[in-house]
Amino acid sequence: MKIDLNQVEEAAKELYIRALKILPPDIKEGFKRLDRGETNATGKAILGTMIKNIQVAEDTNNLLCQDTGIPIYNVTIGASIEVDGYQLKQAIVKGCERATREHPLRSSVVHPVTRKNEHTSCGRQIPVIHIDFAREADTLAIEMIPKGSGSENNSWLKMAVPADGVDAIKTFVVDCVLDAGGKTCPPTIVGVGVGGTADLCVHLSKIAATRTLGSRCDDPEGAKLEEQLTRAVNQLGVGPQGLGGDSTAFAVHVEVAATHITMNPVAVNMQCHSARRARATFTPKGVTYGF
Amino acid sequence: MAHFDFQMPVTEEQARKLRVNDTVTLNGTLYGIRDATHIHMFDRGRKTRFDLRGHALIHTAPNVRWAGESEAHPTGYAPICIGTTTSDRMERFTRPLMQEYGARIIIGKGGLREGSAAAFRELGGVYLAVIGGAAALETTWIEQIEDVDLDDLNPESLWKFRVKGFGPLLVSMDSHGGSLYTEVNAQARAKRAAALASLGVKND
Repeated sequence: MKIDLNQVEEAAKELYIRALKILPPDIKEGFKRLDRGETNATGKAILGTMIKNIQVAEDTNNLLCQDTGIPIYNVTIGASIEVDGYQLKQAIVKGCERATREHPLRSSVVHPVTRKNEHTSCGRQIPVIHIDFAREADTLAIEMIPKGSGSENNSWLKMAVPADGVDAIKTFVVDCVLDAGGKTCPPTIVGVGVGGTADLCVHLSKIAATRTLGSRCDDPEGAKLEEQLTRAVNQLGVGPQGLGGDSTAFAVHVEVAATHITMNPVAVNMQCHSARRARATFTPKGVTYGF
Repeated sequence: MAHFDFQMPVTEEQARKLRVNDTVTLNGTLYGIRDATHIHMFDRGRKTRFDLRGHALIHTAPNVRWAGESEAHPTGYAPICIGTTTSDRMERFTRPLMQEYGARIIIGKGGLREGSAAAFRELGGVYLAVIGGAAALETTWIEQIEDVDLDDLNPESLWKFRVKGFGPLLVSMDSHGGSLYTEVNAQARAKRAAALASLGVKND
């Protein structure tokens, strides 16, 4: 299947706007679950306001959160897709710029030294574009994630050593949740990367933080950690917005990679309660939008 | 736990009356301020023409649309989505905002630290929590962007909003040393050992 790059540009634009306005069903379901279990009055009231906001955003066709984030596009290319990879990336950048100008959206992207904002949501290396390949032959998927800074500013990497064992990983996650307090806009999805190199470990923590709620790590040891850590961090009582309660995290997600005999890296990246994402799927039948 | 409706600006006495867990709804003027605004005002010597005495400042950088100057949009900017950012990054600016500009109320999410708590105590101010990430709802409380200063920093300009029924906001730091963040944080840290034990962590 040959990909029309104009359609990619259009999808890149549409995805950014959709992601900012409509929360995925798994996150809405996650809110309902937390709301049912919340025993703290302040926590319960805050969850109620968050749930109301999801409805107001849809009713008024408005953005869920003012933070348009750093735009991330995850592209998955099927085996029989024909596309010029360089032009594909250019089309995504163009779509991202157009979303910002045409909606318009607040550009939250600046040069790190001059702090100059080009008002395009784009800059050097931004949007972040990841390319991966899939077995499904006739599908190209683009996932868009506007990653909010409140949660992104709370990101950690620890190069623990093998002698510290899995206890180091568990302790680190609990301490990160305590350090984050209300700054990450809890309830969060706590993404944990375990193993790999330093950069891969951090990357895995981001994949974990942005994974669908209800999905599980496909490594059995990772899945076990997810279960244990989800229970543990929700014992801490940080609660919605860090103002107390049972709902500190929707879940802890873990992603695992093999690592070196001398290494034991662990990284934590968090996704705020406005856990936004949108997906466009290109097949021979056309482009469909979902999550 | 009492509720207060404030017509802005307020006096020191009004600010000092507030205690943590009270709620407040604002009407009238509300200023929006952000990282770059603070940096330019306090590190780079720039001044604003706005009179912030007795006023509330919210940690924000809004999504706006250029609508052209009109009676409805005196600055030419129409609001699209106005929400709240994490306050912690702007911790060191609470005191100068109060001392040099006479601000009384900071609004944000995630709370501020001991330096701000001390400023609230000594100078008579409070921190009000708005729900982060609930910007679509927050936008419905904003009537108009009345004015804007330091707009070369856009979107991190100093914004002057006119608000109606902005709240209820939770008093989460008061002028009597109360801070829900310190309280919740201490309680959470006290549960750390039990959480680690439940994970089977030995020798922490």
